[in-house]
Amino acid sequence: MKETPLSNCERRFLLRAIEEKKRLDGRQTYDYRNIRITFGTDYGCCIVELGKTRVLGQVSCELVSPKLNRATEGILFFNLELSQMAAPAFEPGRQSDLLVKLNRLLERCLRNSKCIDTESLCVVAGEKVWQIRVDLHLLNHDGNIIDAASIAAIVALCHFRRPDVSVQGEEVTLYTPEERDPVPLSIHHMPICVSFAFFQQGTYLLVDPSEREERVMDGLLVIAMNKHREICTIQSSGGIMLLPDQVLRCSKIAGVKVAEVTELIQKALENDRKVRKEGGKFGFAESIANQRITAFKMEKASVDTSNIEEKAEEIIAEAEPPPEVVSKPVLWTPGTAQIGDGIENSWGDLEDSEKEEEEEEEGGTDEAVILDDTKMDTGGISDIGSQGVPIVLSDSEEEEMIILEPDKKPKKIRAQTASAKEKAPSKSQVKRRKKKRAAN
Amino acid sequence: MDHRMGEPLVQSRLFGDGRSTYDLYGLVGRITSNSKSPQPPERDNPGGWASLCGSGSRIPEAATTPAMAEVLSVTADSVARCQARAAHKVLNQVVLPGEELVLPEHDDVDGLGGAGEQQLRLNAGTRPRMRVICGPGLRRCGDRLLVTKCGRLRHKEPGGGSGGVYWVDSQQKRYVPVKGDHVIGIVIAKSGDIFKVDVGGSEPASLSYLAFEGATKRNRPNVQVGDLIYGQCVVANKDMEPEMVCIDSCGRANGMGVIGQDGLLFKVTLGLIRKLLAPDCEIVQELGKLYPLEIVFGMNGRIWVKAKTIQQTLILANVLEACEHMTTDQRRQIFARLAES
Repeated sequence: MKETPLSNCERRFLLRAIEEKKRLDGRQTYDYRNIRITFGTDYGCCIVELGKTRVLGQVSCELVSPKLNRATEGILFFNLELSQMAAPAFEPGRQSDLLVKLNRLLERCLRNSKCIDTESLCVVAGEKVWQIRVDLHLLNHDGNIIDAASIAAIVALCHFRRPDVSVQGEEVTLYTPEERDPVPLSIHHMPICVSFAFFQQGTYLLVDPSEREERVMDGLLVIAMNKHREICTIQSSGGIMLLPDQVLRCSKIAGVKVAEVTELIQKALENDRKVRKEGGKFGFAESIANQRITAFKMEKASVDTSNIEEKAEEIIAEAEPPPEVVSKPVLWTPGTAQIGDGIENSWGDLEDSEKEEEEEEEGGTDEAVILDDTKMDTGGISDIGSQGVPIVLSDSEEEEMIILEPDKKPKKIRAQTASAKEKAPSKSQVKRRKKKRAAN
Repeated sequence: MDHRMGEPLVQSRLFGDGRSTYDLYGLVGRITSNSKSPQPPERDNPGGWASLCGSGSRIPEAATTPAMAEVLSVTADSVARCQARAAHKVLNQVVLPGEELVLPEHDDVDGLGGAGEQQLRLNAGTRPRMRVICGPGLRRCGDRLLVTKCGRLRHKEPGGGSGGVYWVDSQQKRYVPVKGDHVIGIVIAKSGDIFKVDVGGSEPASLSYLAFEGATKRNRPNVQVGDLIYGQCVVANKDMEPEMVCIDSCGRANGMGVIGQDGLLFKVTLGLIRKLLAPDCEIVQELGKLYPLEIVFGMNGRIWVKAKTIQQTLILANVLEACEHMTTDQRRQIFARLAES
């Protein structure tokens, strides 16, 4: 099935909301959604829920012969699958780009960071090593698959227990779980991916984007870090330009988030270990509440409902009434009409303000000279105006419109194309011109 | 007069409480259009919810678990024993697919004569049967009604002489296009004379550019890819691609057409939409009292909402999505809290 297209009004609304620092589910810019970790009855099986995004992770192991160039190291194998129940757009054989990208990122995050001690997986050098296989299945897609998948992978690896092996000389004994307790894997650190979504060419940033936000984002930055603030992987996609200080800021935020998530993972692992030790019930069935229909359950959305009346009233009070535009065209000659007055010739105003500025700014020694200049200039311009000869001021950005009338003098009307900002350059131009004349 | 975006909302707010604001835009048609003139659904029509929204029976809230379990066990028993139950005994109870329901026989009610007199009948052997219409979730199977969806069995008393309507109230998120439904669609392509509009079904519906009010060959409607359209399905069956129009049979738009810019579109379940579109729905009335808003409900589960500020729009969207899972009391609490702040 094709995925539902994103309508223009949704896109516009989302971008406007992000500009106002509002998210659809009421989170703040740097907030994660609720993370829930549940374990199955087998060791190495877990489900991680990041909001509504759900990933199932399962770890299994097997004794195989090692790779030829790495005779003393175990083998790690990671696989993420996007199940068809995750989103209507996921069809077998359809989502290859996204799948390849996610798998590659997960591999870099977990394998290249050497978070698992592969040397400890060796049983007999060159002959038998453990092959650890991590299978991740995406069960529901509500944005930010990579974060949920990385958490599921590392949690499953931490939870997993492999059968105990003892080597005595040439004899290798593999114990079943009944004979000897299975042994956990040796894990050095826990790399966790944190995703940052960028909007409006890098102006706005959101942590843990939901599915809607992912549709309208410009680019994505994924930083994989562990709680010791070591960056394991960093990847930027989408082709946006990021400044170095933006990336540094993101890495600082990622450090904070990873510390929180690692703490949560430790707590969850600890809880599960306690329950298993005390002989209580564990597994997925226990994590679903009894006597309650889960289809009628919904997470609370923390939408800020305060200050709405005040804000609305403010907006109404400050909204100006629509301007009354009355158009009365004035016909000067056949073929030439004028609507409105335009802006008056404000050369005179400029002179006055210039004089004031110069008197304030400059010191005493220059004052006398400049004042003389300005007096000269005002005289000059007024003379010119009376003569009626149009002066073309080449530096001016404002065009002077001259209406030629049969009997009267030509009226100079400046078509107001400049805003207040442009008056500043014209001021400086006036200054320059004055100094030139002074030089002359 | 210079008209700016957001203008009408300002004016309507000044007029008083929010209750009457949506009337000003002529949106009454949009909100209650499904409950206007109820056309009886066709027989064996798997869809046809449109007319049933105007039914008199209020749809009660979800049952609590123990009651549900009891009811389910009873139905499971009957299904196991392959007994057909009488339809009028199973009203408002949960029925499961595969059950057969027996319609009640109609006794002679012409009390013209006394006890001894008997009417002469032309067709002496058969008894007169009522005309019963089976709605969504039911199928005719000989004499009986076969349930095809799980849910609660409902019945609507007829106004005229026919036997009324039976249907199954079920919950579903995936929409199947049905003739006569008003839906919100997203334009995905423009090709020649028609627009392709995604309504949430398996195929995009086609919408001719002439099916807008005031559209002629020269005067094309201003519709871009990605715009939202509120229209009615005129052709929707399993053999053909669905077709929709934005014009009613008289040629008037009646609230249909392109939905304006801004606002937020979100998706809810189909059962919630039917609940919201039922006449005298408390939720919609209470929403209207909160803020001035524009809202469009599509029978395909899509709701478009627009309020004055982004925050208000987000609040409305979240409240509507949560209405699905809240009991009446919780909802009243939330609305009271929103009205205070």
